[in-house]
Amino acid sequence: MADSNVKVLGTWASPFAMRVRIALHLKSVGYEYVEENLLEAKSELLLKSNPVHKKVPVLFLGDKPVCESLIIVHYIDEVWTSVPSILPSDPYDRAESRFWAAYVDDKFFPALRRVLVSTEEDRKAAMAELLEGVVLLEEAFRKLSKGKAFFGGDNLGYVDLAVGSLLAWIKVIEKFTETEALSEAKTPSLAAWADCFSSHAAVKDVFPNVDKLADFGLKLRAKFSKAAAAAAATTTTTD
Amino acid sequence: MGEEVKVFGFWSSPYTLRAVLALRLKGVPYEYVEENVLGNKSPLLLKYNPIHKKVPVLLHNGKPIVESLVILEYIDEIWKSKPILPKHPYDKAMARFWAKFFDDKCMPAVWKPFWCPEDEREKAVEEACQCLKTLETALNGKRFFGGEEIGLVDIAANFVGFFLRTMQEVTGLELLSAEKFPHLFKWTDEFVNHSVVKENLPPRDKQLEFNRVIIAKYEAGEIKA
Repeated sequence: MADSNVKVLGTWASPFAMRVRIALHLKSVGYEYVEENLLEAKSELLLKSNPVHKKVPVLFLGDKPVCESLIIVHYIDEVWTSVPSILPSDPYDRAESRFWAAYVDDKFFPALRRVLVSTEEDRKAAMAELLEGVVLLEEAFRKLSKGKAFFGGDNLGYVDLAVGSLLAWIKVIEKFTETEALSEAKTPSLAAWADCFSSHAAVKDVFPNVDKLADFGLKLRAKFSKAAAAAAATTTTTD
Repeated sequence: MGEEVKVFGFWSSPYTLRAVLALRLKGVPYEYVEENVLGNKSPLLLKYNPIHKKVPVLLHNGKPIVESLVILEYIDEIWKSKPILPKHPYDKAMARFWAKFFDDKCMPAVWKPFWCPEDEREKAVEEACQCLKTLETALNGKRFFGGEEIGLVDIAANFVGFFLRTMQEVTGLELLSAEKFPHLFKWTDEFVNHSVVKENLPPRDKQLEFNRVIIAKYEAGEIKA
């Protein structure tokens, strides 16, 4: 039952849009979902509602847009104050959660992206960096979960959304590189958590199909290599 | 109240300044520990911020909080006088948006023209001015980004508020001027003259000298971007 007041602009492949949708599901808030086609030109709505970054996701409450996925998740948590709370209530725990979500966006995601678009020669180094990040996240999980199923404890929380939204892309990377990033042997806690996360009621309908995502990943790689080659061509001629 | 508050910082770091300004605005007493970021990192810094190994670190009753924007939110939640975030969720989201925009786009873009190679400068200046233009629009003619009082965005944007004009003075490269960005330029005056801010800025002469040192290090290839 959609609340006609709430709209999400996203794409099926975007981990960031996924965070917003999971947050709304956790709060049992209905919304209208509008799919943006990222392989084509950006829509009027996107350009108008996010002129600074021109990116999904955008959340609309009425006609007011909110941008940047983690900021949107905070906003959702503050507007719909029914349980469950997405961020912890204790300020220190909140700071820890924010720290790890920032780590995911500032370090882990760029590393993941580097692997995706890397050339054959860069791939090993990029993958090594990603795997270092996985080790940190395994430690973080053990610390934050306090023995429970999620980073957020008994319930999905802020860090679950931050990390979990990247799981499908991690699986794509594992496919492309034929390397395990998460495994029962090396990252037992994260491996168990990944199953809990992807099968959670609030997540499973928006968790992308990994094969479909892998195809999309190939298209992104192609688009990126084309752009990189064009850029390289112009820089070599200015010498 | 038996609270122990410590800040590990660097006197010329805009990120450290964020934590300092928030605490000072709220009248929170704290002990300041100087870290020499150009030298070896102290064992304490590595202990409290093992992942990023950076200042600032806020230590509250022995527990470390790192990442300046995370620190600002924490400070605002613990010490509730003189709030730096707006009350209303939508206004909060907007403040967070602009603070993050500042960190992700403005900081690198506005800093770049001062250190980048000659052949990249034109493009760097263009991108820096694009950021300044966006900030000018975001300010929307207000006295501060936070309205009548300084808030999260003003504190976060202290690099433009104070440091930028000192870099302009040392290099002669002018990105921000009253002609090009009148409201933003006026805001920098309001910012540095704010009663709490002015008591806590790095000393101007010391900053100018430090700018010269940093630029020289970039030119000598001692610091990489």
